[in-house]
Amino acid sequence: MSHELTRRDAIAALSAVGASLAGCTAPAADDEQADAGEEPSLSDHDRETLSAAAEVLYPDDVSEVEPFVERYAAGRTADRPEHAEGIVAAVTYLDEYCQAWYEADFAALSPDERDEALRRMGAEKADSDPNGEDTERLRYFVINDLLLALYASPTGGELVGIENPPGHPGGLASYQRGPES
Amino acid sequence: MSADRTPSDGVDVCVIGAGPAGALIAHRLAAAGHEVTVLEAGPRFDPQKRIEQMEDTLRPAHGRPEIWDMGGERDAFTSSGDRHYPLNHTRVKGVGGSTLHWQGMVMRLHERDFAVASRDGVAADWPIEYDDLRPYYAEAEAALGVAGASDNPFAPPREQPHPMPAFDPSHSDSIFAEACEALGITTHSVPNARNSERYDGRSACVGYGTCQPVCPSGAKYDATSHVEKAEDAGARVIDRVPVQRLEHDDAGERVTAAVYATPDGETHRQEAREFVLAAGGVETTRLLLLSESPQYPDGLANSSGVVGRYFHEHLFAGTSGVIDRETRQHHVGFNTTESHQFYDEPAAGTDRGIPAADAGADDLGPIKLEFRNYGGPSTVGVALSDGGWGDGLRERISDTYGSHLTVGALVEQTPRRENYVGLDPSRTDDHGNPVPEIHWGLDDRTRRTLRRANAIQEAILDELDAGITWQIGPENTGPAFHHMGTTRMGTDPDGSVVDARGQTHDLANLWLAGSSVFPTGGAMNPTLTIAALALRAADHVEKRL
Repeated sequence: MSHELTRRDAIAALSAVGASLAGCTAPAADDEQADAGEEPSLSDHDRETLSAAAEVLYPDDVSEVEPFVERYAAGRTADRPEHAEGIVAAVTYLDEYCQAWYEADFAALSPDERDEALRRMGAEKADSDPNGEDTERLRYFVINDLLLALYASPTGGELVGIENPPGHPGGLASYQRGPES
Repeated sequence: MSADRTPSDGVDVCVIGAGPAGALIAHRLAAAGHEVTVLEAGPRFDPQKRIEQMEDTLRPAHGRPEIWDMGGERDAFTSSGDRHYPLNHTRVKGVGGSTLHWQGMVMRLHERDFAVASRDGVAADWPIEYDDLRPYYAEAEAALGVAGASDNPFAPPREQPHPMPAFDPSHSDSIFAEACEALGITTHSVPNARNSERYDGRSACVGYGTCQPVCPSGAKYDATSHVEKAEDAGARVIDRVPVQRLEHDDAGERVTAAVYATPDGETHRQEAREFVLAAGGVETTRLLLLSESPQYPDGLANSSGVVGRYFHEHLFAGTSGVIDRETRQHHVGFNTTESHQFYDEPAAGTDRGIPAADAGADDLGPIKLEFRNYGGPSTVGVALSDGGWGDGLRERISDTYGSHLTVGALVEQTPRRENYVGLDPSRTDDHGNPVPEIHWGLDDRTRRTLRRANAIQEAILDELDAGITWQIGPENTGPAFHHMGTTRMGTDPDGSVVDARGQTHDLANLWLAGSSVFPTGGAMNPTLTIAALALRAADHVEKRL
């Protein structure tokens, strides 16, 4: 069974982190932001890298990952330039690492190679720390951020048995319901 | 909030501390037309940042005490007793005080709690009875906004329904109810200072599930509500102005000024007719001790020598297990069922399943049982701490989440003179003042009560054929973050700091508000009693204006 990530999930994920919902009106694009006279906080490459990471980080049967990540990343960084800087730095580190080992950027690798690259650099064991070493910041700004986006959304919660996960304002009905309801 | 931090003229009442006690008093007196100035050591937090703070609570890189900016040189402390006391995890400095991070459980003390010495031969009686506080409990419930029901057969008498209907029981409550019914344990609803419907301009709960330490929706009461009301009524609230000492007149009969520091290094004196010290059980005590003078060499209002003594807490007992059914935890961050059956009669057994305790009734303190709606790991918590990703992570989350049940309990800690909040002269804060020293340990009666709570919890989980996963009892217990007893009330000026109204025995215009005045704490979360006593004290202060 496929679990499709929707615009509602992106809004929910953004709500969990106090982010702008700007990205949920439409997938952000550089030209739109340029028209508005704003500096793009993330480049196309940054967003592609986030989507490539999410493809590995999320369970296989989760679909519509790319538009979900696009929306999430746009909203996530709209009012949080320091968070955008953290993502950009993490993407740079990812690419440098993958160029050294695979002679390609992270997003250009196959999903299996991306998974291998993350494990090889120690991302599984790394603490999540916005002020830490390269891998710890990658863990904070990319890996845990994308995992939080998924598992604080209704679709992500349902993957693991909870339709109102912590961080999601899902109302007061679900806690009263039994599993068979 | 004023950016001008110079003192005001013509102030009737200076309130020190903008937590629930200070905010309620400031509001009541300002609404009555008096000039009120509130001095708050911490900042006013931006409510727009609450969701960002919530995110931080979900992420393992952050957590308490960082979420509310506690820690550092400002909040340095020493823990010197048998048990480490994690002071900065237990409090928040700022407008709203510790209600910014509290759970929001608001029970009235039982009648027995006011007469522990008479009843059990330990600790001290309060100088007031439940009936003295009863009308103020009702006012406090209306002020905070309490969702509750009159279904608790063990609760003290009340005169009217709670302001809002109680939250409905959870799915896991129904599982616990089966076991408790089989064992002869009566369960009932939980009074919550959390909106079950829109109330006082604040939203109903929307189920973020992160109540403690951050409610982003505003459904959970915090004292910023009454700070705003106080300001609307004309009170002046100055943030980031820690009071350094209180000065008194030559006779030592009246406080004349609160000397406070500002962020830009200035020092000012706020004069007033009446002073209300409502800075929490630790800082209220520290400020009195720092305000020593020739007349009060052991600290202001401390002729009795008991300022700082009899520090007590509520202790947590808990037992958790897994069953072969879905328990659906962590949809919300608050509880909807508890039991006060073992509160007044902790040693009594039931007629089917809970044996009577070996100890006598007066050898145990009260026990409040809580049936958690957030037992076991949360899905988001596992997702962000597991380390892995992909299908493997999903499987581990699913395997970890879903079948946990936790029975918690608060138990009374017997107040003892040897537990104290004092000053550590070897260490100073950011203003050069000695930091608070927390000297805290457990007594045998409290340990026995914890064991009794664990035994009841085990029986409930055994009835459900649960596999026990962890237990917190006498050896690994911790505090419930309630600072009580350090300026206790009483009729004897040689054995207490304030009288039954909250007025210090030593200085006629100095009032203390907060749980520091509790002679004993029962096993109920203290904030409703803090609020009721504060409203009562405000009425007495007003009589002097």
